[in-house]
Amino acid sequence: MSTAYSWVTAFYHLAAPPRCYQLIGVLLPWLGGGAALFFIVGCVWGLVFSPPDYQQGDSVRIMYVHVPAAMGSMAVYVLMALMGAIGLIWHIKIADMMARSCAPVGAAFTVLALVTGSLWGKPTWGTYWVWDARLTSELILLFLYMGYIAVQNAIEDRDKAAHAGALIALVGLVNIPIIHYSVEWWNTLHQGTSLFKLKPSLDSRLLMPLVVMLVAYALIAWTLILIGTRNEILLRRRQSIPVQPWKKST
Amino acid sequence: MSFTSWSAFWQMGGYGPYVWGAYGITVIVLGGLLVGYLWRARRLRQQLAHELRRNQVQRLRSK
Repeated sequence: MSTAYSWVTAFYHLAAPPRCYQLIGVLLPWLGGGAALFFIVGCVWGLVFSPPDYQQGDSVRIMYVHVPAAMGSMAVYVLMALMGAIGLIWHIKIADMMARSCAPVGAAFTVLALVTGSLWGKPTWGTYWVWDARLTSELILLFLYMGYIAVQNAIEDRDKAAHAGALIALVGLVNIPIIHYSVEWWNTLHQGTSLFKLKPSLDSRLLMPLVVMLVAYALIAWTLILIGTRNEILLRRRQSIPVQPWKKST
Repeated sequence: MSFTSWSAFWQMGGYGPYVWGAYGITVIVLGGLLVGYLWRARRLRQQLAHELRRNQVQRLRSK
C-alpha cells in the first residue's frame, strides 16, 4: 500500500460520519456556550452600555442585530457553496450533509437581516423598503436559499439532491460579491462600507459591541449548522444510506 | 449607562417599537431554529433506538 493511498484513506476515515458525529458532540457544548455568552454580553452592551448615535439616536442599536445577521447570511451561503463543491468534486458525504444544514440557518439570517433592516430603515430613511441594489440583492439571496431548500426536499435520492443543491449554490455564488459591492457600484440608499476598510469608520464605542455580536452570530451559526449536520448523519444512518464515498445510494 | 430610568430604556428615545421589534424577532427566530433542531435530534435518536431494539428482538425471535 503506497503512502499516498494511506493518506487518502486516512482523510476519508476522518471525514467518516461516525467520527464526525463524535467530534461534533465534543465541540457543541463549547460552541453553544460561547454563542450564548457572546450573544448576551453583546446584547446588553449594545442595548445598555453603548451610546446613542448623534443623528439616529437609540435606533442605531438595531445595528447590533442587523449587521451580524447580514454578514452571517453571506458567510453561511459561502460555506454552503464550498461544502457543496467539495461534495460534488470529491463525493465526501459529510460535506453534502453540512451544506444541507447550512440552508435553514442561512435563510433565517437573511430573513433577520431583511426584517431588522426594514425596522431600522423606517425611522432612518422614512421607508420600510426600497428597491436599491443592496436590499434587492439580499432579497435575491433569500430566494436562492429557498430554492436550494425546495430542490433538496423535492429530490428523494439524498446524494442527487445534494449535487443539485450544490449546483444551485455555486451558480448563485456571484450574488455575494454583488451584495457586498452594491453600495460602491450603484447609487444606493443603503449606506456605504463602514467596516471592510483600512480604517473602519465606526466609533470604537459602537464598534466594540458590534464585534462581540459578530463573534456571537458566528458561534450561533456554527452551533446550529453542526446540530443540523449531526441530525443529517442520524437520518442517513436510519435510511441506511451508505457512508463510504465510493458507494452510491440506491 | 445610557439610560436614566427603566422607562427611558423601554422607550429607546422614541424608537422603542423598532428596536424591540428587531431584537424580539431575532430572539424568536434564532430560538425557534435551536428548539427545532434539538427537537429533531431527540426524535431521530428515539427512532434509531426504537429500530435497534426492534432489530434485536427480531434477531432473538428468529433464533
